[in-house]
Amino acid sequence: MTAQAMHKRVWGSMVAGVMMGLTMLLVSPSSNAEYADVVINNYADAAGMRPAVFPHWFHRIRFRCKVCHADLGFKFKAGGNKITMAKIIDGKFCGACHNGEVAWSVENCAMCHSGIPGTPTHFHGSTLQRLVAPAYKPLPVGKSMKKNK
Amino acid sequence: MNLSSLKCVPVLALGALLAIVALPVQVIAAEGAETLQLAAVSQANTFNRNLKKEKSRNPPPPEDGIHDVENEATFILQSPREAFAELPKTAFGNYVDWVKAIDQKLLRPRWDRLNSAEEPFVMDLDIVRPVKASVPDVVFPHRQHTEWLFCSNCHPAIFIPQKGANQINMSAILLGRKCGVCHGKVSFPITTKSCRKCHSKPKPKGWKPPLSEATLRNPWK
Ligand code: HEC
Ligand code: HEC
Ligand code: HEC
Ligand code: HEC
Ligand code: HEC
Ligand code: HEC
Repeated sequence: MTAQAMHKRVWGSMVAGVMMGLTMLLVSPSSNAEYADVVINNYADAAGMRPAVFPHWFHRIRFRCKVCHADLGFKFKAGGNKITMAKIIDGKFCGACHNGEVAWSVENCAMCHSGIPGTPTHFHGSTLQRLVAPAYKPLPVGKSMKKNK
Repeated sequence: MNLSSLKCVPVLALGALLAIVALPVQVIAAEGAETLQLAAVSQANTFNRNLKKEKSRNPPPPEDGIHDVENEATFILQSPREAFAELPKTAFGNYVDWVKAIDQKLLRPRWDRLNSAEEPFVMDLDIVRPVKASVPDVVFPHRQHTEWLFCSNCHPAIFIPQKGANQINMSAILLGRKCGVCHGKVSFPITTKSCRKCHSKPKPKGWKPPLSEATLRNPWK
């Protein structure tokens, strides 16, 4: 390698490094969580609790979707079930299992309330979030042909 | 990996460090004669302006950016990387092939909250949906779905249970409707490496993509 090429490479790497450093500062840290982790924070923050984090991967190893989304009535919508502690201690939602019988009981607050304070309700790693631009709008049927006439 | 790229590694790290004190880099850069070459390369000549790359796969909760490290219980939670070690792999989503994991009996998730002996109500019915584009036609398999889900999870809220009665396209799926209610959320996501999971039936022999009207009537042809 010539001295000049070497020099080029060093500066090139510097620039790359600077870019890397900048992206490290700009990209939100949440972009690394496990696929399908749900942060639920309709009320928790406001009541001084960390947001709840629900790991889909952990639960689907043990239960089919049907148990929660058909039998227990969880709607397919992050934050859409308006879960509260009152419902949980009545045996609804998470409380159907986290009752000291199917799984550890509800007094283990910190196991569920483990999210970084201030994290909004969101569904982690979804395809929509990862798109560079919002999805395309298809042309209405027949539109592509009419345009040129 | 060749030697010269190895040499770059510490420099990269140094560059990243300097980024935090960003300005000095430019001051130094203004001194040497070779810096002209640096200046000649425009900011426009960068890569990955829009490419989002995963930093690491299946990170443990304390490193995943959504769990609070100030919370002691965060360190008791299981790491997906450890849990998935023996499961079949894919190149997307959780990087686990959930269908194979059940088929190979490596996992036996409960179908009932309490009774682990209850069997799922599996229905083996494939629905083929011809696609007007060049990608292979779509096969919707009821078997893999009813291993996990109940009929009422899809019928009738997401799909009318009648072949061809539902208008589906990629735009709706990417926006989280139709197949996208689950795919791209919990079930495998929509990405280059997963297209062929849904688009799995080869086109009929001799199939060619229809030419657009603009091409047929192209005056500059
Ligand atoms: C099995 C998981 C789980 C456990 C254990 C748990 N919570 Fe919750 N909790 C939730 C979920 C989910 C929500 C809904 C979060 C939201 O939308 O903000 C919630 C909401 C809350 C809220 C706000 C809503 C309300 O009901 O007022 C408070 C406060 C709260 N939890 C406190 C606690 C405390 C204190 C404990 C321990 C005694 C506890 N939680 C244990 C899952 C849990
Ligand atoms: C242990 C219970 C449980 C199991 C098992 C489970 N889920 Fe969920 N699911 C949830 C909870 C909790 C939420 C969040 C609801 C909320 O925030 O109110 C959710 C949300 C969702 C959403 C909503 C995403 C959105 O757009 O906001 C989808 C889709 C989903 N689950 C699909 C599945 C699929 C597919 C399976 C099976 C592979 C599955 N779930 C298994 C509990 C479960
Ligand atoms: C269908 C039953 C069921 C429901 C509903 C359920 N869980 Fe669980 N959950 C379990 C079981 C079983 C475990 C494992 C317990 C064990 O290993 O001792 C568990 C474990 C967990 C863990 C610990 C995971 C780890 O890394 O060890 C968290 C966090 C959790 N659940 C949160 C929730 C939240 C939040 C909800 C409600 C939104 C919820 N769960 C609803 C059954 C359920
Ligand atoms: C994951 C979602 C999903 C689940 C779960 C599901 N289906 Fe379907 N079903 C579909 C789709 C998609 C179609 C095709 C609709 C179309 O082509 O427009 C379909 C079509 C059908 C049809 C019409 C077949 C035909 O030839 O016209 C019937 C009947 C049906 N489903 C019954 C069921 C039953 C019974 C169950 C439960 C055992 C079930 N489905 C579970 C998504 C689902
Ligand atoms: C209600 C949720 C849901 C909907 C809606 C849904 N799927 Fe799925 N799908 C799943 C789950 C859960 C699996 C199991 C594999 C996984 O989780 O990655 C699966 C698996 C599959 C597989 C099997 C992959 C394999 O490895 O064998 C195909 C193909 C598929 N889906 C296509 C579709 C198509 C096409 C549609 C829309 C017509 C659709 N799905 C709608 C939940 C859903
Ligand atoms: C979850 C299943 C699924 C996955 C994954 C998937 N597709 Fe599709 N795709 C469909 C369905 C369903 C249709 C609609 C078929 C029809 O017309 O009935 C479709 C239609 C299409 C069409 C026709 C134009 C349109 O929008 O209707 C194209 C092109 C296409 N897909 C490309 C892709 C590419 C590229 C990928 C990978 C990035 C992909 N698809 C991944 C299910 C899927």
